[in-house]
Amino acid sequence: MATTTMSDFRIDPVSGLKINRTANKLVQWNAFAAVVFLLVGGLFGLGVALTRMPSVQLLSPEWFYVALTAHGLINLAVWIIFFEMAVLYFLGAHVLGNRLATPRFAWAQFWLMLVGAALVAVAVLSGKSSVMMTSYPPLQAQPHFYLGLILFAVGALIGCFVFLGTLVVAKREKTYQGSLPLVVFGGVTATVIAIFTLVSGALILVPTFFWSIGLISHIDPMMYRVVWWAFGHSSQQINVVTHISIWYLIASLVFGAKPMSEKVSRFAFLLYILFLQLGSVHHLLSDPGLTSAWKIFNTSYMIYLAVLASMIHGLTVPGSIEVAQRRKGLDTGLFTWLRKAPWGNPIFSGMFLSLVGFGFIGGITGVVMSVEQINMIIHNTMYLPGHFHGTLVAGTTMAFMAVTYWLIPVVFQRKIALPGVAKLQPYVFSLGVWVFSIALMGAGTLGVQRRHADITFAGQPLAYEYPEIAKGLMDLGEIFAVIMAVGAIMFIVVVLASIFTGERIPEGSAPWPKVEDADVVAEKTGRKHIGVWGMEAPGTFVLALVLFVTIVLYYFINFKYLSTVWGMS
Amino acid sequence: MGTSYTPPTNPDWWREPIERTEIVWIVLAFAWCIFMFVWMISWHWIGNQNMRNEAYKTTPEKYSKHLEEQAAKYSVRKDAATGEDVIAPPPGSDVYLAGMQWQWRPILELQKGKTYRFHLSSLDVGHGFSLQPENINFQVYPGYEQVLNLTPNKSGQFSIACGEYCGGVNQLGHHTMLGRIYVKE
Repeated sequence: MATTTMSDFRIDPVSGLKINRTANKLVQWNAFAAVVFLLVGGLFGLGVALTRMPSVQLLSPEWFYVALTAHGLINLAVWIIFFEMAVLYFLGAHVLGNRLATPRFAWAQFWLMLVGAALVAVAVLSGKSSVMMTSYPPLQAQPHFYLGLILFAVGALIGCFVFLGTLVVAKREKTYQGSLPLVVFGGVTATVIAIFTLVSGALILVPTFFWSIGLISHIDPMMYRVVWWAFGHSSQQINVVTHISIWYLIASLVFGAKPMSEKVSRFAFLLYILFLQLGSVHHLLSDPGLTSAWKIFNTSYMIYLAVLASMIHGLTVPGSIEVAQRRKGLDTGLFTWLRKAPWGNPIFSGMFLSLVGFGFIGGITGVVMSVEQINMIIHNTMYLPGHFHGTLVAGTTMAFMAVTYWLIPVVFQRKIALPGVAKLQPYVFSLGVWVFSIALMGAGTLGVQRRHADITFAGQPLAYEYPEIAKGLMDLGEIFAVIMAVGAIMFIVVVLASIFTGERIPEGSAPWPKVEDADVVAEKTGRKHIGVWGMEAPGTFVLALVLFVTIVLYYFINFKYLSTVWGMS
Repeated sequence: MGTSYTPPTNPDWWREPIERTEIVWIVLAFAWCIFMFVWMISWHWIGNQNMRNEAYKTTPEKYSKHLEEQAAKYSVRKDAATGEDVIAPPPGSDVYLAGMQWQWRPILELQKGKTYRFHLSSLDVGHGFSLQPENINFQVYPGYEQVLNLTPNKSGQFSIACGEYCGGVNQLGHHTMLGRIYVKE
């Protein structure tokens, strides 16, 4: 039985949180590793972008496929999952004023993930494992490619259980009263999905590893895809849940906002757990051997209830900000609350750009492309990278960057160095990824295929040329990919400069001023009724309606386009 | 009072009424979800673009036999670009197309407005059938033979690119994989 003394903790002057020193080390190391991998993966991504620009074509095909495999794995898995481990430990320990359960296992998580990532990197860089992050058999990578992935996943799984154990400790040692805070509830949701995800990954990668060393003769390519996507897609839902928790966190930190309704937000998190997993079937919509009934049932997530969950969070997060702003006196017009938001604070601007980018670019396109029939005119085109950069980069990565600006003073006890760069960074990064995503989706709609080292089919006897406008869109998209890379580098520079050279925030220094609780302000000023039309957040409702109309129009535009192609029955 | 990172201040939070903004939005969003579910099913009756999802287990050897028989029966001319046989199966018949590293073969000739029983499979690794510029895309695997009724509604020259990464060596590979379908009036 571990005993904790007060000296194991410090009271953080920035956040007022009671922070366990050991837990803090683990948050630091996981977050630091994440940022380093973001840099490495991002550089490969830049190589991919500069090759796909028809006018530059930087890398040879061999190196292009190495870079694309590395970029996918490092940015999609390594950066994000390391950061998620930091977030989980932060939620379980820091937010609850708690110690971390079994810190030794937590270190095992860190080192296993690091060794796993290194093994994968060695395999990919050798040029003999260019199988893309999806690694579909019968294409075969080197054994240590699969082994690295397995170690990485096992490490992450250990991290999930450390988090759950940490919650048990908090409950038993009564570090909080009543129900878990909403953001920690979000963390639990992410963890439940993560366990499902990582077990699915093990189920398919372990036999594939045995196949790569010759113990198993055959891996059925279709079966592989069915199980792999239970891993591949669900892992993206961990990201969604984590970044939504971060949205809620930032709304409270910056505005003193509280959730509009605990019940609605928690229910929406629960919908993810209940209706997500089978949704991964939308990756299999154009696969042979599966029935339409099975595809429709699963991709519609049983009446699209997971989509509903995202639509709910998309309203309640900005809604809670609007309510807080109105209670504090910005109760005029529809959008005064938003206009007067602190757009120069990268914690807020990053979070809000993440919300809008995720909803409008990642979200709308995700819903439309996972319709059984629409998928046929989108599947595996450049539309896909366009879409998932909208979710993963414009959404998840932007949210992680935004919260990092708050975490650095809290976790690393340093002030943000280069605040001017930090202030601009979310805008540069988001501008880059938004235009990049939209341009690639345009090119994909015009047929450009993904994962091609050369989209011109140069020197082929049966030559085909994509429409000029498609090539133009690729050039445009990749130019903005460079802008996105500049935004990412700005972030990394700010993080590294802050951690290593930022002004120290000594322990025991005066507490930083806290954001006023919106309800307290409202009580003081006697402001009871806010909003119009009987709605407390009418501005958010109007914004949500804009999203709604966009999605409906875009849905039918795609069906109109579908109806003009060759008949299929 | 309260924040998202502290426990709910009201221990009875599940009994709090839901504010109107949220209720109206949830009803609207849920109605749209149901509509999308119903529409996707309905398109199988009202739309002309649906996957048949008819598929069989096969082997590269078996599938190659079909290709050979088809070539022997329906070769009509040599292709101007490659000198290979162009295969023109009669309307209504079975048409076999195979993906292989790194081409789609055979080169086909079809008639506009006629329906064909179109078979798709791979002779080695996974590929993606991608008909351009129509932009119709399917996954194709070794060992699986997918069948769908295909009705070209435009005439002209169509290309097939590869949508699923299928490896690459030297200057060859996934990005060079092509095939062709000619559609006659």
